Amino acid sequence: MTTEEKILHGGAYLFRDTPPSAVFTPEDFTEEQVALGETTEQFLRNEVLPHVERLENHDFELMVSLLRRFGELGLLMIDAPEEYGGLELSKTTSLVAAEKASMYGGFSTAYAAHSGIGTLPLIYYGTKGQKEKYLGKIITGEWLSAYCLTEPDSGSDALGARTTATLTPDGKHYLLNGTKQFITNGSFADLFTVFAKIDREHFTAFLVERTFPGVKPGAEEKKLGIRGSSTTPLILEDARVPVENVLGEIGKGHKIAFNVLNVGRLKLGACVVGGGKYALAEGVKYANLRKQFGVTIGTFGAIREKVADMVACLFASESVAYRVGGMVDDRLALVPKGIPGYYEVYQNGIEEYSIECAIAKVFCSDVLALVADEVVQIFGGYGYIQEYPAERIYRDERINRIFEGTNEINRMLIPGTLLRRAMKGELPLQEEVMKAIGRLSAPGAEAPAAPFGTEKALLQNLKDAFLVLSGAAAQRFGKKVKDEQETLIALADLAIGVFALESAVLRAEKISASGNASRASLAEAAAKVFAFRTGEEAVSAARRAAFYVGEGNTLQMLLSGIRRATRYDATGLLDAKRRLAAAALEKDRYPL
Amino acid sequence: MKILVAIKPVPNPDEKVKIKGDGSGIVLDNIKMVVNPFCEIAVEEALRIREKQTGEVVIMTIGPKASEQQIRTGLAMGADRAVLVEAGTDLDSLAVGKVLAKVVEGEKPDLVLMGKQSVDDDNNQVGQILAAVLGWPQATFASKIEFAADNRKANVTREVDGGLETIEVTLPAVVTTDLRLNEPRYASLPGIMKAKKKEVKVIPLASLGVDTAPRVRVLSYAPPKQRAGGGRVADVPELVAKLKNEAKVL
Repeated sequence: MTTEEKILHGGAYLFRDTPPSAVFTPEDFTEEQVALGETTEQFLRNEVLPHVERLENHDFELMVSLLRRFGELGLLMIDAPEEYGGLELSKTTSLVAAEKASMYGGFSTAYAAHSGIGTLPLIYYGTKGQKEKYLGKIITGEWLSAYCLTEPDSGSDALGARTTATLTPDGKHYLLNGTKQFITNGSFADLFTVFAKIDREHFTAFLVERTFPGVKPGAEEKKLGIRGSSTTPLILEDARVPVENVLGEIGKGHKIAFNVLNVGRLKLGACVVGGGKYALAEGVKYANLRKQFGVTIGTFGAIREKVADMVACLFASESVAYRVGGMVDDRLALVPKGIPGYYEVYQNGIEEYSIECAIAKVFCSDVLALVADEVVQIFGGYGYIQEYPAERIYRDERINRIFEGTNEINRMLIPGTLLRRAMKGELPLQEEVMKAIGRLSAPGAEAPAAPFGTEKALLQNLKDAFLVLSGAAAQRFGKKVKDEQETLIALADLAIGVFALESAVLRAEKISASGNASRASLAEAAAKVFAFRTGEEAVSAARRAAFYVGEGNTLQMLLSGIRRATRYDATGLLDAKRRLAAAALEKDRYPL
Repeated sequence: MKILVAIKPVPNPDEKVKIKGDGSGIVLDNIKMVVNPFCEIAVEEALRIREKQTGEVVIMTIGPKASEQQIRTGLAMGADRAVLVEAGTDLDSLAVGKVLAKVVEGEKPDLVLMGKQSVDDDNNQVGQILAAVLGWPQATFASKIEFAADNRKANVTREVDGGLETIEVTLPAVVTTDLRLNEPRYASLPGIMKAKKKEVKVIPLASLGVDTAPRVRVLSYAPPKQRAGGGRVADVPELVAKLKNEAKVL
């Protein structure tokens, strides 16, 4: 299959079939990606994890030195162009590093803030002069970076920022005034990408050095979790920023702010996969040691079921993050290097998958939430005690559902973007809705006996349910549907479930065909357990949406359609769960 | 100085390994193989010597084609090129020593470095056998290696029971590395990217004409006994009594 044929438009997964060969999965990692993962993991195990206590107590000198050593290993230069000393590797490569760096939340937050939102605006929008001046320092870790969008009164409403920029009479500087809030790496970053409004109107990004006059990081925040990372306000009082440090075009700051968040969300997806695998391993190790009633608790079905669900969800989560990475890479591979406006075209390529990036962020962080919660439960009373790892895992998890756009903002973005694209005629949504109505009202056909036939039938039905409900929502609310947040969120839950299930099933199919029998058996079990779960959750989301948008006969029709669409024969579910649990407990880790 | 470093792929020591039902070996399905940690120390030492002087670091190993992955780790750390003697079956220590000797005869290095033992079978034999087959001096368990100005001799500090012993060897020699010799570097990402372009020469085992018929046969593997649960003692006299009568260590 050529790259062009593999490429799916953003959001088109909801009404197109994708063959397994078209999705990128961890089984497709190159040797170099595997080696990079090993190096990163070894570094975390040997150099970071033994010092968690110091890092949690704000030993930022140690954090800075660890980030610099990450720089020496080349882990800060993955995305940077070769002409500035970078490696310019694929997004999936940077996801591998992000995942493996996430065994400790405090470190991964600092790393992601620096190498992601801290570095990418400069790479994508910086002038030659700006890159020559700063990029070399940033990608070696000589300088560390931070991204400053949020303000005390503007979080999700990023464009409501109040920080101002005023040109000095000599036209050489901008004076920035305002406070930026929750700045990751704030206490030690050397370069800040700051968003401010020129003349209270034109939202613009600036490259602000820590040592510019008028720049002052505020006090360290006392946080619920990720305490190893630094979070401070950045106070700007007539901060003097040379005009040549305007990043990108004046008045186009929102493009920088939001585009970089697409990649940020995808990377966060990979980070929480890594965090989840680490948490699961701690949980099963404990389950293998802790004895009650004379046997280890890992022998109990109650615990094994938790382990199985965690494994299945992590399998889906991993499949989602790398699939989206692969989609972006395939698309970006079509952009010829060195063309004029390269990064503009490149940005459009990423923007194409803003829906999928949001899905990766929401779905994978929700999976980590489940895993962290269950790991505390496995630890029982000790899960509540700081000496044991579950307590920190639980606290560290929480932020992932808040930053890089809250999960609510990201959820609404999913159907919102889809409907917007449909209205612009970029996606044939209306046509697909009509087809789906036809399929869903026809008597249900038997699921084909082909491999993963039942899972694929469920998937098709869920896609149809999503389309039908979207159509009903559009009909009910018209253009105002974009403000119907409860409905948008219910639709998003369905769309997310579809993408996650499809990613898990396609990957299981790929593994199944690979000839490795023990892996295939686990992947099949994971697909089954996850399909059952997705089906059950889809019932809730779909019925919610139906009651929000439907009335009378329409409602009854929707509800009976949902009943048919969410049917899934999960024969063998218990056996599948037991297989997953046994494998994880035997290996003391995520087994796939 | 030209240095040949022999490495061995071993199952990742962090993984829980399982013994096959019939005790004939270890289940290696889905077990990640890594470079034997002592061999990584040997690679690191070779790289440091090359960085101080000049020269070439060549990795060699014997194993299936898949061993190339562990070879790439060494190349990613910074070694220049590698030789893989492709063999389908496991060889015993004597056979490994003889095969390595053949490679050494072809490469003519000034120094052979290798781990003092591999963490899978813990035989601690190959370095010694290789030196014997070649008729070269050997220095095992090295914790420090220093070269004479003309590179004809080396002083090797060895970790022996109760202290350190420093011996002088004439080069070429075989030196096996101990834990405290150095801390191996991580393979950097640029190193990993460069490694894929480095040469790995594959030599079929049969083409070397070495008699590799096994002299040692493994009869069976068994897992270590499960640790029985401990008990509590009320006071020191009871502890002493137990140590005397039950444990019989006093």
